[in-house]
Amino acid sequence: MIEVKKLQKRFKNFTAVDDISFSVKEGDIFAFLGPNGAGKTTTIKMLTTTLKPSGGEITLNGYNPLTQKDKARHSFGIVFQDASLDDELTAYENMMIHAVLYRVPKAERKTKIKHLLEFVELWDRKGKLVKTFSGGMKRRLEIAKGLLHHPKILFLDEPTQGLDPQTRNHIWEYIKKMNQEEKMTVFFTTHYIEEAEKMADTVTVIDHGKIIDSGTPEELKIKTGKTNLEEAFIALTGNIIRDEEADGLEQMRRRQRHH
Amino acid sequence: MPIVYILWLRQIKRYLRSKARIIGSLGQPLLFMVAFGFGFGPVFSKAGEGNYIQFLVPGVICMSILFTATFTGLEIIWDRQFGFLKEMLVAPVSRIKIMIGRSLGGATVAVIQGLIVLFLSYIIGFSLPGPMALVLSLGFMFLIAFLFTLFGTAIASSLKDVQGFQLIVNFLIMPIFFLSGAFFPLDGLPKGILSVVKFNPLSYGVDALRGSLVGLNHFSLWHDFYVLGAVIVVFLLLSSYLFSKIEA
Ligand SMILES: Nc1ncnc2c1ncn2[C@@H]1O[C@H](COP(=O)(O)OP(=O)(O)OP(=O)(O)O)[C@@H](O)[C@H]1O
Ligand SMILES: [Mg+2]
Repeated sequence: MIEVKKLQKRFKNFTAVDDISFSVKEGDIFAFLGPNGAGKTTTIKMLTTTLKPSGGEITLNGYNPLTQKDKARHSFGIVFQDASLDDELTAYENMMIHAVLYRVPKAERKTKIKHLLEFVELWDRKGKLVKTFSGGMKRRLEIAKGLLHHPKILFLDEPTQGLDPQTRNHIWEYIKKMNQEEKMTVFFTTHYIEEAEKMADTVTVIDHGKIIDSGTPEELKIKTGKTNLEEAFIALTGNIIRDEEADGLEQMRRRQRHH
Repeated sequence: MPIVYILWLRQIKRYLRSKARIIGSLGQPLLFMVAFGFGFGPVFSKAGEGNYIQFLVPGVICMSILFTATFTGLEIIWDRQFGFLKEMLVAPVSRIKIMIGRSLGGATVAVIQGLIVLFLSYIIGFSLPGPMALVLSLGFMFLIAFLFTLFGTAIASSLKDVQGFQLIVNFLIMPIFFLSGAFFPLDGLPKGILSVVKFNPLSYGVDALRGSLVGLNHFSLWHDFYVLGAVIVVFLLLSSYLFSKIEA
């Protein structure tokens, strides 16, 4: 479903993604794990047509996201790591725009939006402007929006960051169901390693732009001789804390989010 | 069609919710009409050019449309800042549809703003033409508005952040505005300035609006129409292209 060969991304003289290759089978739940700054989001951007690779090849549902952008875009949905909502609109209006952009049939739009807003417990706030929402509420709305249409491939870039455990479980159950009922391929990143341990069929670990290892959670635990995936992850990527070198724009967005 | 409509609606909603912006942006045109209209009026009529208010109002309406439309186009910079841009970028929708929807929204907003200015001018003594002429001028107002929303979008698509914004206002929008014949008649201008004015698309908007509202033309209405139409097509293609090159 996803095929990546020798993918590379350089920013000036810094290599964020360094010659990585991997593939994701149809219907797989694929966890892409790595410390801060490992290159996860950069990879996802290249897979989802918003960033041009410096080298390598990508096939997504049989299409090349570089030359067949439109066909590739028809194949996937995405929940971004950072905000993608219009703050000046209400929760409902954001959902409606998304439903129309992704061609959810008119007859289904209202019921689907209601269903998902109820699911993330925002239905009673549907008419409120997004700028009045808390961080967690915005995140839940981002997820609801991402689940509104059912693509072949769903990208989730740290979808559950900052959410409480109950909500996280709840959301993962929903995603799992979509994956099982519709054979939807799920590509996700997270820093909650236990989510990957519980949900993922395949785990790929990336660090400093390079792929460190790949396999089922079981295989990685056995390989590293650890009892859980979090310890295996630390064994693979080391103990050093990464400083996040966010660029100016990203820092500004973060500040925005904290207000 | 629903896609164009929903993006149009988004712009309208954002506009209606920013009351402060609506009111604030009326201050400048009002000031121009009062200060220039009454200040230069006597000189203008002494020079045998007729009633300056009648001459000036179409220009001030154009100014208002120019600013509102360009700024709505430039809002893409803020969409980038707040993240909504990504939502549009990955959507499985042709870039040209996104441009048309957004820009029709921006154009509608700018036309509404222009109509408010027209109404204000009526209060301070501008005499309105008949209904047919009003409809015609409405059409031209829309063309001007659409053109400059696309223009703003094209510029914003090639900018990375807000830093360049002031530069654009000072070095693009201001000259476009002042060198359009909004304030002065084009007859008898020095050759150099006239050729700059002729290169400026807003000049044809001003001329068309002045033609349809008060019957004063330098070019002809058809001439204005063709130029505005052609520039719109060019900007539509250009802005769609630049938009498709944006990276998240
Ligand atoms: N536009 C850019 N210009 C320069 N460097 C960038 C740019 N985008 C990302 N980087 C750098 O590339 C590296 C990888 O960033 P990326 O966002 O892919 O990390 P990540 O794995 O998603 O991390 P996190 O877990 O913190 O989200 C980082 O060092 C980052 O600073
Ligand atoms: Mg990331």
